[in-house]
Amino acid sequence: MKMMECPLNGPRNISEFTYGGQVQVMPDPQQCSDLEWAKYVFYEDNDLGVVREWWQHTPSSYWFIAERHNGSDVILRTYDPATLFTGRVDFQDEGSPS
Amino acid sequence: MPLGLLKYGRGDDYPYERQPDLPGPTELKDHYDVVIIGGGGHGVATAYYLAKHHGITNVAVLEKAYLGGGNTARNTAVIRSNYLTPEGVRFYSASVKLFEGLANEFDFNIMYSQRGQLTLAHTDATVRAFRQRAEVNRHFGGRTELIDRKSIAELVPCLNLDPAELPVLAGLWHKDGATARHDAVAWGYARGATQRGVELHQLTEVTGINQAAGRVTGVTTNRGTVGCHTVIQAVAGHSAILARKAGFELPLVAYPLQAMVTLPVKPFLNPLVSSSALHCYVQQTGRGEIVIGGGSDPYPLYSSRASLPLKESLIASAVDMFPFLSEMRLLRQWAGITDMTTDYSPIMGVSPLENYYLDAGWGTWGFKATPICGQTMAQLVASGGQVPELIQPFALERFDRFQQVNEMGATAASH
Repeated sequence: MKMMECPLNGPRNISEFTYGGQVQVMPDPQQCSDLEWAKYVFYEDNDLGVVREWWQHTPSSYWFIAERHNGSDVILRTYDPATLFTGRVDFQDEGSPS
Repeated sequence: MPLGLLKYGRGDDYPYERQPDLPGPTELKDHYDVVIIGGGGHGVATAYYLAKHHGITNVAVLEKAYLGGGNTARNTAVIRSNYLTPEGVRFYSASVKLFEGLANEFDFNIMYSQRGQLTLAHTDATVRAFRQRAEVNRHFGGRTELIDRKSIAELVPCLNLDPAELPVLAGLWHKDGATARHDAVAWGYARGATQRGVELHQLTEVTGINQAAGRVTGVTTNRGTVGCHTVIQAVAGHSAILARKAGFELPLVAYPLQAMVTLPVKPFLNPLVSSSALHCYVQQTGRGEIVIGGGSDPYPLYSSRASLPLKESLIASAVDMFPFLSEMRLLRQWAGITDMTTDYSPIMGVSPLENYYLDAGWGTWGFKATPICGQTMAQLVASGGQVPELIQPFALERFDRFQQVNEMGATAASH
């Protein structure tokens, strides 16, 4: 059975995890063009090699990041997203009355 | 006659001169009018229609391995047109019509067998979606109807109508559903194309796309450089990697799709049966094997390895549908790499390069489109880039315009 190392729960069966897509830099939705947003929504690298991805440990709803080779399926590293995302993101709700 | 047969049996000579189906390997020419990258069903079908309908025969099909050895050999050979969107139904219906006459046209047996395809609904929401699909299908000339449990039991007496906690509520019965021998389709097209002068080069891998001023001038292969006027890429699972060599991105993600067959048994299952909720489809081949297939793997991968969790869930679903299958022995299993789009429709037509055309994004629905795909891609090339109406909705730029053709939920198994 294939195992994955959850940064919170330790090694678990791969069937306990949900794949959440490639880690990408989100453009500012208020500032970017439609085309830039389309690229962000629909395009992934999809190249053969090491990819950086979002994964969730489903039973504990814990999201983390994994580095995996998408040819050999070897999981090289898993870590807490706080390693990459250090600042707080405030989403402005422009539609609500002030 | 018996004497003749005896004489033939004892003699050294075959009674007539054998014609090989395909010519032997030749040297690559310096220049072709059209280079087709990928010698699967789609590639050779495009070459065939270029030669047959448009008189374009200075064509090379470059295949990195061997004819029809990729996803053409790895699909589960389902032919049907009971899709959800008008765009999809129109397109796949045209493909079904072409499949019906293909063996006669080739004078080559593709073992086309139109036995109907039945999709099971286990929830009210699916029943509503089936109603819509039946109506859209009928509108475009397909034979599809919603049937009740009683009719399902008559069609497939051995089916368990109450699997797990998901009783079957209704079925989408698609009389046009069929199956064919997939490699015979590739060989029929390849034979027809090469007889008309097209060159098929196997073991010829394209490693680079040569360009000048936004146009493709030729391709670099492991056997040297070839100049060409037009290039078509039809490489299924590796579409995004090849497109990157040409210098642009495709909105695709590669997922493995696994399937398996059991040992052959006597015929007992005529229609192709799939379940939307159990994510599984089951059919019996002409040889008697039971084919079991389902949805793609849960995460992307460029490897056609088997994985135990997916095999287990597929088998569990198949046994839920047909409990006696638990007694069967598996004969073999395999996987193919599918290039999935986010809207489950293909990417066909023009690319950011002027004379480079795309036939990609075939995910898990490529085999059934082989004839119409070849025909429309040939039209596209012969007209110098005028996209046929049938494939206009599948343009690459639909993603930039947020105008996807959503086939989600319309396919046989999970997606």
